Amino acid sequence: MAILELNDVHTYYGHIHALRGISLRVELGEIVTLIGGNGAGKSTTLNTISGLLRPRQGDIRLYSEDLRLLKPHEVVAKGVVQVPEGRRVFGRLTVTENLEMGAFTRQRGEVAAHMERVYALFPRLKERRRQLAGTLSGGEQQMLAMGRALMAQPKVLLLDEPSMGLAPVLVDSIFDTIRQLHGAGTTILLVEQNARMALQVADRGYVIQTGEVILHDTAANLRENESVQKAYLGVS
Amino acid sequence: MRSYSAPVWQMALKLGLIGGAVAALLALIGMVEVFNQRAIIGGVISMGQTFLGLAVLLSAYAAARRAGTQTRSTALLAGAVAGAAVGLVIGGLALLMAAWPDLRTILINASPTLLALLTFGQAAPVALAIWIVAGGLLGAATGALLLLTPAVRSAILAALGAVVLVGVLADLLRLITSAWGVIGQALRWMFAGRGLSVAGALVVAAVVVLIGVLRQRGLPKLQPAAGRRSPRQTLLSLAISLAILALLPPVLGTYMSEVLDQVGLYVLMGLGLNIVVGFAGLLDLGYVGFYAIGAYMMGLLTSPELGFFNLSWWAALPIVLAVTILSGVVLGIPVLKVRGDYLAIITLGFGEMIRYLALSNALDPYTGGPQGVQLIAKPTIGSFVFDDVTKLYYLLLAGCLLTGFIAIRLRDSRLGRAWMAMREDEDVAQAIGINLVSTKLLAFATGAAFAGLSGAIFAAKIGAAYPQSFHLLVSINVLALIIVGGMGSIPGVIVGALALVGLPELLREFAEFRLLVYGVVLVVMMLYRPEGLLPSEAARREMHEDENVTEESALAQPAEPAIQLERTAT
Ligand SMILES: Nc1ncnc2c1ncn2[C@@H]1O[C@H](COP(=O)(O)OP(=O)(O)OP(=O)(O)O)[C@@H](O)[C@H]1O
Ligand SMILES: [Mg+2]
Repeated sequence: MAILELNDVHTYYGHIHALRGISLRVELGEIVTLIGGNGAGKSTTLNTISGLLRPRQGDIRLYSEDLRLLKPHEVVAKGVVQVPEGRRVFGRLTVTENLEMGAFTRQRGEVAAHMERVYALFPRLKERRRQLAGTLSGGEQQMLAMGRALMAQPKVLLLDEPSMGLAPVLVDSIFDTIRQLHGAGTTILLVEQNARMALQVADRGYVIQTGEVILHDTAANLRENESVQKAYLGVS
Repeated sequence: MRSYSAPVWQMALKLGLIGGAVAALLALIGMVEVFNQRAIIGGVISMGQTFLGLAVLLSAYAAARRAGTQTRSTALLAGAVAGAAVGLVIGGLALLMAAWPDLRTILINASPTLLALLTFGQAAPVALAIWIVAGGLLGAATGALLLLTPAVRSAILAALGAVVLVGVLADLLRLITSAWGVIGQALRWMFAGRGLSVAGALVVAAVVVLIGVLRQRGLPKLQPAAGRRSPRQTLLSLAISLAILALLPPVLGTYMSEVLDQVGLYVLMGLGLNIVVGFAGLLDLGYVGFYAIGAYMMGLLTSPELGFFNLSWWAALPIVLAVTILSGVVLGIPVLKVRGDYLAIITLGFGEMIRYLALSNALDPYTGGPQGVQLIAKPTIGSFVFDDVTKLYYLLLAGCLLTGFIAIRLRDSRLGRAWMAMREDEDVAQAIGINLVSTKLLAFATGAAFAGLSGAIFAAKIGAAYPQSFHLLVSINVLALIIVGGMGSIPGVIVGALALVGLPELLREFAEFRLLVYGVVLVVMMLYRPEGLLPSEAARREMHEDENVTEESALAQPAEPAIQLERTAT
């Protein structure tokens, strides 16, 4: 059964019809990627799921429970946690404090154990646990933003362009982490411009263009698909 | 080194001229003359003279510091040049004023009194000479200070500072000690004119130096090392502080109790606004509105003049608080989606709106319009009536302790963490599952409640509520004391209120310069100590980010760079 399912979702910014009937589903333990060019509607899709935007039509279900009318904090409480675009961290707080903040919706007693798990996943963060988040490098901030989301023990993790603006080495290490999370059974909906990397880690993928899904298939098939290769993988 | 002497000259001259210009400016806006009403040492040196001397001292100090102390002569020379330059400007001003009495038609403060003060009653050219020589000598002496060992230097500076401070407050101290009976009698020799006596000044200086010496020897440890206090010690120091606070009114007398009451009202408001601005990061400039609502509600509910309810103060209090909390929520709802500058402007409008409502004739039956509400009830406990400033002090003290306690508990609570997250980044706060709506409204509501309590006590204190008590300046004052104390810091609120509300009350005759001094203090704070006097943890770390990082990364990667260095070397 699908853990997260969108059915014919339409979202508007005023008169701008940004999502024109998006349908997708994410199964338990899967990594699903949304790829598409600038302004295709990828972030809009994630923001609609997480309650920051309200769709005008269609439904969004988590285990057949309706998320459509929930407020953002209620969506987080249900277990759908987004890592916002652009590695936003609490710059004036330390790494540890950022992680503690991530567990805001959890019981206090659980925090320590989860923090150890996050530190195991990101040893670099552990080294820098008392450093102010604002002074971390870009890659470290992205790790922290992901770690912070994991502290909430999400059922589904929504990642918005985790590799944006990072050096190739760091992109690799971010995708390694995503693989590790996959190995540990985390369900992830991954938005990426770096389609090549995204299709390597993902199980399945959706290609979005001007607010519509134009193609969806297993990641392996999408990698082989000619039009995908041309448009998103830079193969001519 | 020798080649530096020309720039040293120039630099010292420049600093001196700047210092002199600032002093002349302050003299021309009337500050020096007003200061002159108080003496530091009666009959010897007035506060105005001290003020001008301070210009010499600071300029010379800055010049000598920059000149460096490698050679004795440079520091002395730089100090002397800077000092003489200050003297030149001030003496020049005297010359100008003497030569051109009509100056007064343009600069009204260029009065004969100021001239007499600047010329020491001598002819102006003589005065100019005196100023240059005296400035040079004082400047050189300041330069010489830098050549002393730090211990001696700080002892001298502390002694001078203490004499000036005690001298400035001598009037008040005499008033206070005169109420102490025998002790007051015994201390009378310390004062002369409107300042200290020579003997008094010497004793103050000697005491300060003695304390300094004892401290350096490490004999009496006044404060246990921070962070090593056992709970029992904390409890003990808490009890002692409480006892001292409780003893203040009888010891300090009525006038000081009035000042402390004023400080207390602002501490209450400061603690509340600190939650809104410091904890939650919502810049609220209309905070005075809640203070006004608190006072007027108390009037509406208790004043027989209006004749609606005639409740007692205590019976009215819960209703007053409920109404202010409600008003906090009502203000909060329309500004939920508004951030930063816009929030500041809208709340500013809210504060002014409340004042106009109070003034307006439409609400006359409820607020008394421009005449305000009189006959507001005083709080009573049994047959004890809080009817004067000394008694109200205890009510305010209790209020401050209670709200301070609440503020500390809130800061460390889940709600406090939500406020912190929201202050740092609203979007991320939402992404980690924080309900922005309730978190914001709770901040506004709590802040409003504290201001409402302050307003209710204020109404009881003066027995009335008038529209002019709730001017925008109150909001600015509260915000300024939070900034000076340290944004988000609870002890900072108390220090800020003492500095910005208490101190000006002690220096009443300078009231007209209050805003000027405020401005200068705020600018200087922003430049040199933006985190405030007693910063909160987060603010302190941010302002000293650089040190933080180097320290941490040094810990994180032990010896790694050193190894690489060796490799490249071989
Ligand atoms: N706040 C907004 N107001 C109006 N239009 C918006 C807003 N945010 C996004 N849009 C529009 O909606 C469309 C989808 O934007 P979205 O941010 O979802 O794109 P994206 O696929 O995430 O692109 P990118 O890869 O550049 O992040 C774009 O045409 C964009 O201009
Ligand atoms: Mg996007």
